Amino acid sequence: MRSPESPVLSIEGLIKDVGPLAALDGKMLRVVNGVSLHAGRGQVTALLGANGAGKTTTLECAQGLQKRSGGTIRLLGEDPDLAGAALRSRVGVMLQDGGLPPSARPLPLLRHIAGMYANPLPLDTLVERLGIDSFSRSSVRRLSGGQKQRLALAAALVGNPEVLFLDEPSAGLDPQSRQIVFELIAELRDSGMGIILTTHLMDDAQRLADYVYIIDGGHNVAEGTVAELLQHGESDKDGITERTLSFDAPAGLDLRAALGGLAEGLALSEDRAGSYTVTGALAPEHLARLTAWWAEQGIMPASLRLEARSLEDVFLDISGRDIR
Amino acid sequence: MSNSSAAGLVPAGSAQSAPAPLLRRILLQGKYETLAMIRNGEQLILAVILPLLALFGLTVTPLLDGLGAPRVDIAVPGILALCAMSTAFTGQGIATGFDRRYGVLRFLSTTPLGRTGLIAGKILAVLAVLALQLAVVGAVAAVLGWRPEPAGWLPGLAMLVLGAAAFTALGLLVAGTVRPEATLAITNLLWILLGALGGIVVPAVRLPAIANNLAHFLPSGALGEAMREAFLHGTFALPQLFVLLLWTVVPGAAAVRWFKWN
Repeated sequence: MRSPESPVLSIEGLIKDVGPLAALDGKMLRVVNGVSLHAGRGQVTALLGANGAGKTTTLECAQGLQKRSGGTIRLLGEDPDLAGAALRSRVGVMLQDGGLPPSARPLPLLRHIAGMYANPLPLDTLVERLGIDSFSRSSVRRLSGGQKQRLALAAALVGNPEVLFLDEPSAGLDPQSRQIVFELIAELRDSGMGIILTTHLMDDAQRLADYVYIIDGGHNVAEGTVAELLQHGESDKDGITERTLSFDAPAGLDLRAALGGLAEGLALSEDRAGSYTVTGALAPEHLARLTAWWAEQGIMPASLRLEARSLEDVFLDISGRDIR
Repeated sequence: MSNSSAAGLVPAGSAQSAPAPLLRRILLQGKYETLAMIRNGEQLILAVILPLLALFGLTVTPLLDGLGAPRVDIAVPGILALCAMSTAFTGQGIATGFDRRYGVLRFLSTTPLGRTGLIAGKILAVLAVLALQLAVVGAVAAVLGWRPEPAGWLPGLAMLVLGAAAFTALGLLVAGTVRPEATLAITNLLWILLGALGGIVVPAVRLPAIANNLAHFLPSGALGEAMREAFLHGTFALPQLFVLLLWTVVPGAAAVRWFKWN
């Protein structure tokens, strides 16, 4: 496990039991079972995992919203369960469900929250950067998912925190909101803020995160930079990169015949009728052979895709589960 | 992004983050919640319109005749008690229940306000709305000929605040333990039941025998009786004070123990 210098958040062996009321069978249920992580300043640290993996519970224990059952947590050097207003003022939180009153209007709400801080950020810049002025006359209940997320992000940022928690920041974001939010997160990271986010989307982690913890079944299963994780099992020997070629074409093609001697060492399959994948150490000559064969046979594929390993493959490898 | 050249979000040399002073945070939250309550139409009906209708009803019907004082003098203390129940129990209970559903309580408790500040703000808002109700009801009652015992203001206001505390504790207990829809149903139903049969506006002696016996031990009956004792005779009603204290401490402790924030 890495230990960044001056971590903003350190979690060691976090355990969280819920119940007996919350669990159906009346027993205690262990929803987090030994999560450890460290998050640094000026970095985006992502907790990646399927729904129910324990990501949100881990964050809520770090934020002091839930009391942990075991393990240690240090948030800016303090125990969040004992935190006072001084610590809370240095930490911004965006909850998964937003946490904004439906009848409130954006600007009075932000002004109200800003009043809880001695040195809040100037509201006009915040409102402009997040594009809130365009919907500032609507009540929260009338906002779209993306608008609500942007407002919730503004509410988390208004106190100018050193640490920012974002629980599923891209949930419900339209492409435009996503662009605004992602650029802002990158800018905040560069300004030195320590950002900790959860996501079940590989794409988010790949675009945003400096360091990723993969959480499954309530504990860490892998960690590293995105590049490190992508190398996981990627090159078997001699640094050969495994790639997957997939295409859609008429059903029943004999790919082995098409590739001839080059088929050796590749995994060929027709997953559904007419939907083919070729996986292995693909080289330009494989593509040349295959496309030449299509030309001979008069086949034009309906779709064609070539990919190196994705973070999703890594996740599948590690957890044996689909992330979505 | 089109405005990537816009000013940086964090101004250069901006001061380190720090909380606003505790008192300011609580006052801000109290003001915010007060405005939210006043702007809520249903809340206003429950807090002002219905108590005023009940006041008119009690002064034009002979329901309170023969109790040794003019109708209006018997009615107004009970109506003020009803106002406390509307605001502290039903109003604050429903608002808190839905705030819990929408994650507002969890979000605000991550800000410098915190859980204690949030509760303090809610209590402040209850008191502020109660003061407004007192002004409106008091003014209308004066027009109707209400002449309270001057020595009754001190015990009356003290009991009103204690009653509001008891009903706030009960409202938060309900709001923190069941779904908001259930909170809505429970607090509205109890408002009607306790309002009609709980000894709050109609003195217990005028109620059916079962309700009469029970009302003395209910927060509604205790507050109604204490308010009438105060404004009719200028006295502190000690048994009722004890009952109200019990209804504050026990549900308050239960709320602290079982209130679910999410």
